[in-house]
Amino acid sequence: MRNDFIAELVELAAEDERVMLLTGDLGYMVLEDFEKRHPERFLNCGVGEQNMLGVATGLAEAGYIPFAYSIATFATLRPYEFIRNGPALHDLPVRIVGVGGGFDYGHNGVTHFALEDYAVMRTQPSITTVAAADAAQARAAVRATRDHPGPIYFRVSKRGDAVPGLDGRFALGRLEVLREGGDAAILAIGSIAHAAVEAAELLANQGLQASVGIVSSFNPGPADDIAELLDGVPAVATVEAHYRDGGLGSYVAETIAERGLESRLLRCAVGRMPGGEAGSQSYLEAQHGLSAQQIAERVLAAVDVAR
Amino acid sequence: MDLPERASFAHAIRRIVIEQSYRAHVGHIGSALSIADLVTAVVAGPMRGEGADRDRLVLSKGHAALALYGALHLQGRLDDEQIASYCDDGTQLGVHPEPGLDGIDFGTGSLGQGLSLGAGAALAAKRQGSDRRIYVIVSDAELNEGSIWEAAMFSAHHRLDNLTLLVDLNGQQAMNYTPEVLDLGAVDEKFRVFGWDAQVAPGHDQEQLAAALERAAGATGQPSVIVATTTFGHGVSFMESVIDWHYLPLTDEQYEQAMAELEAVAA
Repeated sequence: MRNDFIAELVELAAEDERVMLLTGDLGYMVLEDFEKRHPERFLNCGVGEQNMLGVATGLAEAGYIPFAYSIATFATLRPYEFIRNGPALHDLPVRIVGVGGGFDYGHNGVTHFALEDYAVMRTQPSITTVAAADAAQARAAVRATRDHPGPIYFRVSKRGDAVPGLDGRFALGRLEVLREGGDAAILAIGSIAHAAVEAAELLANQGLQASVGIVSSFNPGPADDIAELLDGVPAVATVEAHYRDGGLGSYVAETIAERGLESRLLRCAVGRMPGGEAGSQSYLEAQHGLSAQQIAERVLAAVDVAR
Repeated sequence: MDLPERASFAHAIRRIVIEQSYRAHVGHIGSALSIADLVTAVVAGPMRGEGADRDRLVLSKGHAALALYGALHLQGRLDDEQIASYCDDGTQLGVHPEPGLDGIDFGTGSLGQGLSLGAGAALAAKRQGSDRRIYVIVSDAELNEGSIWEAAMFSAHHRLDNLTLLVDLNGQQAMNYTPEVLDLGAVDEKFRVFGWDAQVAPGHDQEQLAAALERAAGATGQPSVIVATTTFGHGVSFMESVIDWHYLPLTDEQYEQAMAELEAVAA
């Protein structure tokens, strides 16, 4: 997904002189094409994410649209206060590009797992968060948000396998519904969405029809669409490569409560700090209950309880 | 504005600082008095404050914003009503500056962030082929923040010679004198080894500040820092170099005395 994201950005920069790409000394084998095509608008800021976000703010005030790129944890947590007092406070179109997220950097260990990025960015009302589910949606998101006036955080996964049925659709604040079924609903965000789709298929094989919806943004988030999808649905599962609190599960919980919906919610997310365990992305996702099989089992149990 | 006029301008800022902080019953007085001359040297000196290609001033030590508000008021960019709303309910003029006012391009308040903003602004000017200059004012205690040195490296690497940093070296911070809290050593030397053109100048001397700013404007290939040696609470005898005035508001008696001292100098 990150390569597609950057490829789209290269094209966007060719059309729009305002686009700049800043990196905190990351992006080997990913950013070279941008640097080659637009050398005067490429800037390696070195390993200093706070300064990078401050510089991006100064550039944006002068009319640029800087994309500040690093691994998701370093792009969001390290310079968080610079983001708050910079593009958020000044309402400037800085794009924070966080690569990875969840267990994308599985072999690198816990310092590289971004498991709270949705939560911390979502608390800033003026920051839009965008997390694409696959490579085609990432490309569409870059393009669709080109002239968005405020700051955006993009979580850009390393993994970008096409999510069946999504077909590169993206609209800020909307839910993309991939399948419809009245027995349950599964809502997913980011590249873990493929597991949600697989889970729905496993459930269908057992005669349980679940709707599947892809959430791709917060601030704005798709509360209206979610309320519509959940009308009359007894159980809904959220699926995210993120800690249980503050991300999609919390967003849906808030939506259910605020809209007075009657769906029972279960949150498939990371419930404990995954310290002291590294491994492949799929291994770690399974360790935290995020495989398609585990999601399907939990949805079944939730439907039983809801009945 | 000629040099004697600038001295009067700085003095008028100090009177506004005392007047408004007394009226609003808020502190950070010593720090605002400390930079009245630095703000003056920039805004009443070489800075182009208006127009699309205006220069930028980032007051990184945002807690001294009252000095900047004073300067903007004297320039007619804040009217009587606005300056008199300092720290009132619903005011645009809080202790720390927020963006959106004429003359304030960047809001600040959390220390150690302004130099990065200034570096980005300076880089933008370079890329856009503009001759606008960027001025940043930091406190000496702000140099405790590691992000300052990220920005220092970045600015030198990118040869941001349109960037001028003024360090308000008043030797004290919130809780104690800087050598007691975290000794800064030779600040100018630190910047010099980071690749900056560094000068030390007396921070209440408009003539020497003007000369330092002129040299900074002529620097090529390097950002410039002016380490301005200042007196915390400058101009009010009982505040000078006294830690308490980082926070304390004025009593009636202290207000009377401070104004009497400032008016005696002006007379």
